[in-house]
Amino acid sequence: MVYPYIPHTDEDRKHMLKAIGVDSLGQLFDGLGEDLLLADSVPISHGRTEDEVQRMIDSIAQRNVRGIPFLGCGCYDHIIPATVKALSSLPSFVTAYTPYQAEMSQGLLQAIYEFQSMVCEITGLDVANASLYDGANAASEAASLMIGAKRKATTVLVSETLHPFTLQVLKTWAKGTEHTIKLIAEKDGVVDLSGLASLLDDLCAGLIVQSPNRYGLLEDYTDVASLLHEKGCLFAISNDPLSLAIQKSPAEWGADIGIGDTQSLGLSLAFGGPSCGYMAVKEALLRRIPGRIVGATVDGQGRRGYTLTLQAREQHIKRERATSNVCSNQALAALMTTIHLSSLGWGGMVEAANQSYAKAHYLAYHLAQLPGITLIWDKPFWCEFPLVFSDAKRMRKFLQELRNEGIFAGVRLSALTRQVRDELVLLVAVTEKRSREELEMYLAAARRVMK
Amino acid sequence: MSEPLLIDLSKKGRKAYCFPPLDLPRGFEQALPSLPQNLVRQKDARLPEVAELDVVRHFTRLSNLVHGVDNGMYPLGSCTMKYNPKLSEHIAGMHEFTQIHPLQDVSTSQGCLSVMYNLLEDLSSITGMSWGTLQPCAGAHGEYTGLKMIRSYLVKKGQSQRTKVLIPISAHGTNPASAAVNGFDVVPIASDGEGMVDLEDLASKLDESTAALMLTNPNTLGLFEKNILKISEMVHASGALLYYDGANLNAIMGMATPGEMGFDVIHLNLHKTFSTPHGGGGPGSGPVMCSDALRPFLPKPDIELTDSGYVYRWDEEDSIGKVSLFWGNFLVLLRAYVYILRMGSEGIRAAARHAVLNANYVAARLEPAFPIPYGKRCMHEFVLSCAHLKEQYGVSAQDVAKALIDEGYHPPTMYFPSLVSEALMIEPTESESLETLDAFVDTLLAIAERAKTDPESLKTAPHTTVVGRLDEVRAVKQPDLRY
Repeated sequence: MVYPYIPHTDEDRKHMLKAIGVDSLGQLFDGLGEDLLLADSVPISHGRTEDEVQRMIDSIAQRNVRGIPFLGCGCYDHIIPATVKALSSLPSFVTAYTPYQAEMSQGLLQAIYEFQSMVCEITGLDVANASLYDGANAASEAASLMIGAKRKATTVLVSETLHPFTLQVLKTWAKGTEHTIKLIAEKDGVVDLSGLASLLDDLCAGLIVQSPNRYGLLEDYTDVASLLHEKGCLFAISNDPLSLAIQKSPAEWGADIGIGDTQSLGLSLAFGGPSCGYMAVKEALLRRIPGRIVGATVDGQGRRGYTLTLQAREQHIKRERATSNVCSNQALAALMTTIHLSSLGWGGMVEAANQSYAKAHYLAYHLAQLPGITLIWDKPFWCEFPLVFSDAKRMRKFLQELRNEGIFAGVRLSALTRQVRDELVLLVAVTEKRSREELEMYLAAARRVMK
Repeated sequence: MSEPLLIDLSKKGRKAYCFPPLDLPRGFEQALPSLPQNLVRQKDARLPEVAELDVVRHFTRLSNLVHGVDNGMYPLGSCTMKYNPKLSEHIAGMHEFTQIHPLQDVSTSQGCLSVMYNLLEDLSSITGMSWGTLQPCAGAHGEYTGLKMIRSYLVKKGQSQRTKVLIPISAHGTNPASAAVNGFDVVPIASDGEGMVDLEDLASKLDESTAALMLTNPNTLGLFEKNILKISEMVHASGALLYYDGANLNAIMGMATPGEMGFDVIHLNLHKTFSTPHGGGGPGSGPVMCSDALRPFLPKPDIELTDSGYVYRWDEEDSIGKVSLFWGNFLVLLRAYVYILRMGSEGIRAAARHAVLNANYVAARLEPAFPIPYGKRCMHEFVLSCAHLKEQYGVSAQDVAKALIDEGYHPPTMYFPSLVSEALMIEPTESESLETLDAFVDTLLAIAERAKTDPESLKTAPHTTVVGRLDEVRAVKQPDLRY
């Protein structure tokens, strides 16, 4: 019998069984005992040839419909240079594991070092790790870090304007533990920090905010860092990292921790995963940052080399005393971001961010002229903005009409929050990848419905 | 040859990528409001300014300084470095999947939902569990999720006093760390003389404050816990739950199921057992599967097949909530699904049988030169000791590992589990042929000989790589973590 991906011939099997000193493959499993050994194979389908699988997948793939996406909410359709796929597909990058053996993993280690460097440059902070699962998990790791950094602290303040799914991940994080998430309400689409001072007690570890926030709006954090630091609390800002090409970095706001997801930097939509979380911190938090870190050092001959370092923080050393259980995470996705940023350079990043800004404002401006649609708040935004419709029927018609044109017009906020009050809110994302023609198509269809 | 940092090749004005010009009406561009000055970034970031060919050569050269499964054997114990089929890579690159947005209307993403739903069905069958979630992005993330479910289940049952999680001392470090970050107290369980869970120790530590026992089976010595049914009975009799770390599922896939063994919650590592590539340390995927009783506590949303197709279900009140930003590492899930389709019921069984065959063959051939302290037979991996080489010639397990690098092999897992001194944990996987295994064994035997004749050459290995052994102490004391 020939099985896919198993090279053994009958002769090989005989030879090997003899060397082991057993008569059959089955005998190797005697230790499982008759009670546990399955009499039959498990109830899944029989194997298929490569061609059969491809055909089957092709037919499944046809059940996905591709549109021109004006969809965002944490996953954006930006331009990705061809270098990203070509180079991140190189087989040794794809088929290696975590670079435990530094001498035969230098390429991977150096690429991670370059990733860490770029994350530090973009956030303005001092130290970055090798990646985390995604932006939402970066937030819960930031919460853990804060709790661990302040004695007796149990509470993390979290802005209500975080991505609704990030909020859910944070709530899960607190569930069943002694940690508490305390939500800070929004006002006019941005976090309202006017009462912050009264919340900063001994139990409070810090604050997590997000900009662009769940509505795509940019938030102002003037004086927030100093207020937090006076009370021994930490400040974490979650960003879409591409927005940092034009808006203030976490370091420029005085934050201690910068987190987010690099999906907008070289990762395809991919139905939402893999993406890639990141975390950067100030030097003082170096030994509290979770996950892998690569450092440069030298070998016995003084040659520069890279290695996993500061491992005393990690679960395989600290076990139950570890403050994070993160082991391996999103290395190949981090590599894609590194290649993407290497291709774009800072100039390219600024260009992508500026074009997204301009095109989003163009669409927003013209949509806001239409009856029955309002741009909810007069607040600065970058590449995504919230519309509110006058009634549900017209909203449905709007979405359907644009669908008919092959356009995915936006994400309904209620799809994320499951809240009735959000049902008339549509979040529209426009990246530099949307052509003028696509923008005009969108507007033409919108005008037809909303007249 | 070493490779410079790309930033060091930067030259102002050089570009590797050009965006199309902004083509909005000129009047609009001029009238476009700028960001309020208070929000504007002040300082430029330093990123490489290079040509496209510079990028291509840089990353191609870096890839030449990495060893993957495609380069050669990678017998890294407990990591199941099996072959990653090219078909899976091809399919994971199809636009029909890579260009689907996670929040587009479900009527337009039925293909993705069908992959996820069918994968869950197959994983349920393979593990003998009721249902599961695909959201966790890695094995440790699966542990986090599974333990969170256990906590919620116990609280719901009014048993929040169950705060202890029992974990064998030979377990992976993520087990105790995952328990601790979920607020559990970790209680280590001893191993007996055969490397199995010490039943007396277990009995003495099971009580009304025990939430769960976490087990890897086969364990990290590559041995099947022969008392698993007894253990399951003891744990359940005390009112606690049994958690399965699926790191070593490749040994028994299609031969036996964690469900039959009595496990209540398990996590899988699709990047190990189901052949998705390890990517230099992720993205992986750590689905959590559970019994009927735990099902209400799975993360949201669930996927359901209705008359009108696949839909998300958000209404389970007992759910622990979300654990990932969206639905999980979808492209990894897709690869695992392709692997299961390709292998089928007989194929996955064959994978387990040949993984165990390969490990036992390598063990049988190596045993005369390297003692294997635990177990006469192993499952998919085994742990040998280099203690005799250390004692007689000063050659450590690390020296043997580094010498393997010079011969083109990725070393086995070193110094784990700690039950074995100077340990090397070898997992060949079913992918390797007899010829490759023989060559690997011959190389290890030759290294053992060289320990006698020329130990110095081993202590200074590797000699053929771009760098030799690195100064780890310096890396910690003088952190250089960015350009």
